[in-house]
Amino acid sequence: MWADEAYRRLLGALALLVPVVAALVLYETARGAGPSLRVFGWGFLVSTDWDPVAERFGALPYLYGTLVSSAIAMALAVPFGIGSAVFLAELAPPRLGAVVSFVIDLLASIPSIVYGIWGLFVLAPWLRSAAEPWLTAHVGFLPLFQGFPFGIGMLNAGIVLAIMVVPTVVSISREILLATPRSLREAALALGSTRAEAIAVAVDAARPGILGAAILALGRALGETMAVTMVIGNTNRISASLLAPGATMASVIANEFAEATGKLYLSALVEIALVLFALTVVVNALARLLVVATTGGRRDVAGAA
Amino acid sequence: MSRARPERIGALPVRGPSLPRRAWNAGLLAACALAAAAVVLPLGLIVAHLLAQGLPALDLGFFLHLPKPVGEPGGGMANAIVGTLILVGLGALVAVPVGVGAGLYLAEHGDGRVGALVRSTADVLSGVPSIVIGVATYGLVVVPMGRFSALAGGIALGLLMLPTIVRSTEEVVRLVPRSYREAGLALGAPRWRVTQQIVLPAASAGIVTASLLALARAAGETAPLLFTALGNRFWSLRLDQPIASLPVFIYDYARAPYDEWNRQAWAGALVLLLLVALVSGLLRLTVRRIPGR
Repeated sequence: MWADEAYRRLLGALALLVPVVAALVLYETARGAGPSLRVFGWGFLVSTDWDPVAERFGALPYLYGTLVSSAIAMALAVPFGIGSAVFLAELAPPRLGAVVSFVIDLLASIPSIVYGIWGLFVLAPWLRSAAEPWLTAHVGFLPLFQGFPFGIGMLNAGIVLAIMVVPTVVSISREILLATPRSLREAALALGSTRAEAIAVAVDAARPGILGAAILALGRALGETMAVTMVIGNTNRISASLLAPGATMASVIANEFAEATGKLYLSALVEIALVLFALTVVVNALARLLVVATTGGRRDVAGAA
Repeated sequence: MSRARPERIGALPVRGPSLPRRAWNAGLLAACALAAAAVVLPLGLIVAHLLAQGLPALDLGFFLHLPKPVGEPGGGMANAIVGTLILVGLGALVAVPVGVGAGLYLAEHGDGRVGALVRSTADVLSGVPSIVIGVATYGLVVVPMGRFSALAGGIALGLLMLPTIVRSTEEVVRLVPRSYREAGLALGAPRWRVTQQIVLPAASAGIVTASLLALARAAGETAPLLFTALGNRFWSLRLDQPIASLPVFIYDYARAPYDEWNRQAWAGALVLLLLVALVSGLLRLTVRRIPGR
């Protein structure tokens, strides 16, 4: 029937707008990055210059900042996230588990700017006056924890990022743990395992999926902008110390894009966006693959990813 | 069950786990509970600080007045609140028709190659950092228009909402029982009327919920607005001019070196959190399980 066909085509056309939009976003970012790509080539990724007056640009400090802040976030969010997921899926009474899961999901809906303001006005003073002096005093022999306690900086950004991405780790890991067969735990218990040992068997079975959840969280951390921009300090110096300020790819775009004068300056910022785009697409694809592989493509879980 | 005391089954002595294993067990289980507490703690801290700092700065004037210059007391963010509503509305205008149509297509006809393509690009799009969407919208809308505008901001927010709406519409429509479709077809209705008049209404509650969740999330976005909608200290409802928004205002006021502005930033953050968390919290409570979040 022609009407059926027409309706199907209409829906199909709307659906095809999605790939078209994605292609436009990619095209526009690549086009905008063109001048910078031509002038700096691959050197852009390894240069530490950032001199708008002399029009020399390199993204290394921002690449470094993005990777280090995300690494701190992962180091905090993954252990705490997996612990919480185990608690929620295996240990908590169902009522409590539902309430805590709800609260953790709420954590995911808090706007980034709210985390930023909290990190700037609450976390930073605490880090400056209490946590960072303690770190320099006790583990200050490590280059990671030397220098002046600014409060804002890499460590603050990493902690805020961890708080922001931990709900992702928790909710997906929990779904995956719930999807592993009960018989795994029962078999372990029947063989005389303690409860923790039986849970370890289940966690082991869920490992690829949990890894996927962690990588998905990494994808969010890499691209997170506002909260990081507010607490990282925004300087293009690379410091060994986590207490020192830095900048990330997203934060330098947020800070400088609107004020960037000069074609090449703007183009360099767009190229940073392009690199960030590529990085997150690869990381997300990897994560999705792992989650789908572990859950056998169960729609609800894969959808949550 | 792990603490099972040694006991006898028949004549066989059955021993429980050894002390180190029992200790390890208890320690690990306790660590998991502590981890969960540690994950929930920041939420409590953030809400507590927002209330403590934001409430005193919040009065009726905050919702009714325009921003005042530095040094003058009072002033509010009326224009930013209205601006956020306009921007989110524009975004919805862009994203909801396309998203729902695409979701319907994926659920009803999406098993072929086109479906796979749409699904995977929606996934890619949903992972793109919002700041990158802002950069792309700048090139696609702001540069051709020659200025920052509410329209550009709305489009950027629409791009952010689109993948969520597509995927959750698909999930919700797939939940409509097959028998509904079969009943419609058996009564002689053509396929398109079955989709439009039976399947879509049956799924509409879920679609509305999922779309509102996407809107709430977009309302809190700052990064894509920084160089599309820009911001505006004055009253403006024009779509071709820069427009104020709550998140950008909070950002500017939080960074400013004036205590009065910082207090207002806290108040703004509290309002934004209430707006976003209340909407998504209520929706999550009413609909137990929303696929695709």
